[in-house]
Amino acid sequence: MTSSTQHHHQPGGPREGRRHTPKVDMSGLYQRAFKEAFFKLDPRVMVKNPVMFVVWVGTIITVLLTFNPGLFGPVPDNPVLFNGLIAIILFLTIVFANFAEAVAEGRGKAQADALRSTKSETTARKILADGSTEEVYSTSLSRGDRIKVIAGDVIPADGEVLDGVASVDESAITGESAPVLKEAGSDVASSVTGGTKIISDELTLQVTADPGKGFIDRMIALVEGAERSKTPNEIALTVLLAVLTLVFLIVIATLPTPAAYIDSPVSVAILIALLVALIPTTIGGLLSAIGIAGMDRVAQFNVVATSGRAVEACGDINTLVLDKTGTITLGNRLAEEFIPLNGHSPDKVASVALAASIFDTTPEGKSIVRLAQQQGASLAFDQRTAEAVDFSARTRMSGTNLPDGGEIRKGAVDAIRGFVRSRGGHVPEGLDHAFEKVSRLGGTPLALCQNDDIYGVIYLKDIIKPGIHERFDQLRRMGVRTVMLTGDNRITAEVIAREAGVDDFVAEATPEDKIQVIQAEQAEGKLVAMTGDGTNDAPALAQANVGVAMNSGTQAAKEAANMVDLDSDPTKLIDLVTIGKQLLITRGALTTFSIANDIAKYFAIIPAMFAAAGIGALNIMGLNSPQSAVLSALIYNALIIPALIPLALKGVKFRPLTANQLLQRNMLIFGLGGVIAPFIAIKLIDLIVGSVGLA
Amino acid sequence: MAQGFFQLAIALAILLVVAPFLGKYMARVFMGQRTVLDPVASPLERLLFSTGGFSNQPSMTGGQYIRAILVSNLVMGILVFLIFMLQGVLPLNPTGLDAPNWDLALHTAISFVTNTNQQHYSGETTYTYFSQAGALGFLMFTSAATGIAVAIAFIRGLTGNALGNFYVDLTLSITRILLPISIVGAIALVIAGVPETFAGPAVAQTLEGATQYIARGPVAHFEIIKELGENGGGFFGINSAHPYENPNNFTNLLTNIIMLVIPAGLILTYGIMAGKPRQGWFIFGMVFVFYAALIAIAAVGEFQGNPLVNGILGEQAPNLEGKEVRFGWALTALWAVSTTGTMCGAVNGMHDSLMPPGGFATLSDMFLQIVWGGQGTGTAYLFVFLILTVFLTGLMVGRTPEFLSRKIEKREIVLASIILLAHPIAILIPGAITLAFPETLAGISNPGFHGISQVIYEYASAAANNGSGFEGLGDDTLWWNLSASFSLLVGRYIPIVALIYLADSMAQKQPVPETAGTLYTDSVLFTGVTAGTILILGALTFLPVLALGPIAEGFAIAKAAAGG
Repeated sequence: MTSSTQHHHQPGGPREGRRHTPKVDMSGLYQRAFKEAFFKLDPRVMVKNPVMFVVWVGTIITVLLTFNPGLFGPVPDNPVLFNGLIAIILFLTIVFANFAEAVAEGRGKAQADALRSTKSETTARKILADGSTEEVYSTSLSRGDRIKVIAGDVIPADGEVLDGVASVDESAITGESAPVLKEAGSDVASSVTGGTKIISDELTLQVTADPGKGFIDRMIALVEGAERSKTPNEIALTVLLAVLTLVFLIVIATLPTPAAYIDSPVSVAILIALLVALIPTTIGGLLSAIGIAGMDRVAQFNVVATSGRAVEACGDINTLVLDKTGTITLGNRLAEEFIPLNGHSPDKVASVALAASIFDTTPEGKSIVRLAQQQGASLAFDQRTAEAVDFSARTRMSGTNLPDGGEIRKGAVDAIRGFVRSRGGHVPEGLDHAFEKVSRLGGTPLALCQNDDIYGVIYLKDIIKPGIHERFDQLRRMGVRTVMLTGDNRITAEVIAREAGVDDFVAEATPEDKIQVIQAEQAEGKLVAMTGDGTNDAPALAQANVGVAMNSGTQAAKEAANMVDLDSDPTKLIDLVTIGKQLLITRGALTTFSIANDIAKYFAIIPAMFAAAGIGALNIMGLNSPQSAVLSALIYNALIIPALIPLALKGVKFRPLTANQLLQRNMLIFGLGGVIAPFIAIKLIDLIVGSVGLA
Repeated sequence: MAQGFFQLAIALAILLVVAPFLGKYMARVFMGQRTVLDPVASPLERLLFSTGGFSNQPSMTGGQYIRAILVSNLVMGILVFLIFMLQGVLPLNPTGLDAPNWDLALHTAISFVTNTNQQHYSGETTYTYFSQAGALGFLMFTSAATGIAVAIAFIRGLTGNALGNFYVDLTLSITRILLPISIVGAIALVIAGVPETFAGPAVAQTLEGATQYIARGPVAHFEIIKELGENGGGFFGINSAHPYENPNNFTNLLTNIIMLVIPAGLILTYGIMAGKPRQGWFIFGMVFVFYAALIAIAAVGEFQGNPLVNGILGEQAPNLEGKEVRFGWALTALWAVSTTGTMCGAVNGMHDSLMPPGGFATLSDMFLQIVWGGQGTGTAYLFVFLILTVFLTGLMVGRTPEFLSRKIEKREIVLASIILLAHPIAILIPGAITLAFPETLAGISNPGFHGISQVIYEYASAAANNGSGFEGLGDDTLWWNLSASFSLLVGRYIPIVALIYLADSMAQKQPVPETAGTLYTDSVLFTGVTAGTILILGALTFLPVLALGPIAEGFAIAKAAAGG
């Protein structure tokens, strides 16, 4: 396998290789994170993480015990060195945990800096009430202002195009170097993003975001973790970790008197050591890093999420509602063939098709023109004297009114049939046959008529995206249902649905159907995700649990959604599902690992702690000495945090398996592994501690 | 030896046959389906409901259910406390007993109202027949019924149904389950030789010509509900070791099985009510494995006997100290593990005299609280552990954890955590205080590691609402009565309140449909993971005290035997 194919498609996990975000400078990340780790020692910061705060308090006490071992009463021997070592290890435990968080934040900040560089202070031409323009700072623009941008300008704020047509370079946010056409009144091309650059012509814009609330600002806030609020699962997990900490606090606090009762007193330093070893420091220390890294992964995929909650919800999605076009099939259908009917010659059909599509600027329309011209057709009238008939969802056809009064239409077969009948014509027998033939190929049949005469059927070919079938299979294994929405007729929709491997489809769908499908799924308790771009998608985007708007879409769609894909790639929804799942899996795996570790730590510390009680036989690891046992367990406890930072940041590798297979797999690695690994590691550390003569 | 293990196998086999029957029957009762008792029980219930003024009572909200439990329990507790304090002037007092100390009366009232029956007294010399049969016997039914009602409300909530009406569930528990089984069982006990009389002590002339007063009384009916309701408070001080409470191997087997059937059956009742009988059987199987393992630990320890004694004897002999010879080592070990596991608390031998493995097994039972568990509450605790397991491991499948199609979120975790926290608080904190003042507070008869076991056992027994005593403690003191009362109350009502709120919150959740992404909880794998979570969360909390108590004692005895 060459490296390029490796890069190309990675079944299962989120696809790599789509990371267009501006070049992120990661140099000096670790030095800065290390420094930051010390700043985070501030108790006001520490107290937010109950698990690590307990370690923090323990460190303070052991430091005091190092300088005055008799602080809580006389102690035998002279434990200054031992207490000092405990204090140092505890301190390192906190620093490591802070470091993990700082690295995660640092990566986000580096990304934010790269974004911020696109957002340097610019000036804007504000259009005043009298129509004149005035130069103002872009930061003084507010929602509703009208501005003018001309070729060469950096667009100063997010906005909606009111007037003009221009090409815009959006590479600053999407990384895509090809310029994008922007024009007013279009569903897909009427909104612009602050920080992008207009490279030709000029536009009049209405500003849609207040200063600091724009798109890039939101993205910066997100990746920096500045506005990171804990997600529901994270909150619940934090509660549980706090309770476990409290349980162990009670266990430890109630130990001295029974120990003293049997004349086997335990020093406070060792009690603190046991407490820190037992409380879930591993997950406690890595929890926020996992969350930040999850958001970071979303941002690396060029998706702006409005909240961590939305990212987490991606993992819970039961149903994906997908538009056929652009998601399942390659963007545009192309005219493939004209099928003549009613005895018309192929040439005649081609020329009528040309006439019907001459005003049609959609890619489909253009492809019909192209095919007709390839077949030698040409216009028999002056285009300027003809009148365009636009497509509408109600009539489901479009066409041209000729100067001689002739009406040429193309559109859905039913619609044309009705049109012809209303003009007193009859429907040829071959129409149904042609309709079926095209539909069975998975294509879209468009009927073509002039006045009361049906000329033929245009076969628009749909191309299913390569690899999409496998992805839907993966989703199905993860328990995610896919529903395809399409304006196509039933037969076509069925063919495409089957070929693409979606679970369900809605044919001849209107935008209103989208919201109905979502509501129907939600009524069953399912969480639904969808993508959308047009203004009429906005209600559905708002209704969906996860709504991903395309950046090329309208402002309304973007505001209704809780995520925006800067690349405007609808398939990315599938990646987001895996990112969401990965986030939860990583959290669960490290929690399980952390708690499973306790067994080995108990077996290390308890026999050492009550050496006088004659339970040495419990020292199944055969650790060197009581001191060495305590230190080894603590050193393991501290070192496991940095050892797991890469996993916390990268996330546990996600595999598209059923829940039960996943549990089996992860339980084996993190549960059983969590029980066994520390036994081995603590024994090894003990050997080292013993050999260097620390204890 | 073979005989002993054969006896154990027989008892377990009988349990496996009986529990499913009762489980199914209880499910029918609480799902309002027809049962064989309808012709007798329905008119009685209608009468009770109409006189009680709560016929056609609608289902209660979580808050109402909790209020009903707390108020009814408080009223019953005060009533019983007053009966104790006035027993000197109340009827049925053939031996002319006076009121006990107020703190003992308080402890006894709390202990019985919480379905614990921890006894800091000997029944025959402290409480009158009226107090025993009227006050304590009454609480034995109502406290057991309260537990069953909680379990049923909890199951209903978990499965998304309304919680039900506490008073209706309480009544049904008594009329449909506790009373019928008690009547049949008491008759069986009477036939087997257990006394049932209001006459005063029998007077006998011994061969030496001395006069002996032999305590007796209305024992049989008291005995059966004592076991069936996981009450455990004996009519006589030495409980089921007394030949009038438990005269022979038949009564021993009967009462031992009787104390297991309701908690064991309730697990299967859950499966049926939730429409997931497979899940019920998996949990049943898990608990059965725990139970069998603890029996094995205790039984092997008793069978091997005390190495110090064996050293003197020159051969291995089972440990028979503190045991009724008619039951022997095997049935005493079986009983000890059953009574501490089910929170019954009746004893047929001296737990203080168990070998350290027996002490370890009985303490572990009360720490875990789910080896069948208390009447109703044990089943509910099992589900709390299931919920915690789902949460801890469920994230690993990449979804918000869900149990029975309902998401486990912050509120559920907070409530489950409260239940998790109550137990160590109620055991370890008073235990540590008591051990800080061994001379003045503890009254330990056997110092050293064993003393720690005695003290911790007492509080574990109170907090788990078990009621058995390790004994050997001078526990009728102001400190013990009050501190144990604290553990009793914390161990009973905090979890119950949290359980009902938990059920209520689960009931109000929108169920999530099952897909391939749903983690199935009725699988061998998940059940194994649950068992691991129970051991880690439950046992790790108490491992240090176990290490200082029975484990250290075991090593000390082994060492002394090897050295001597």
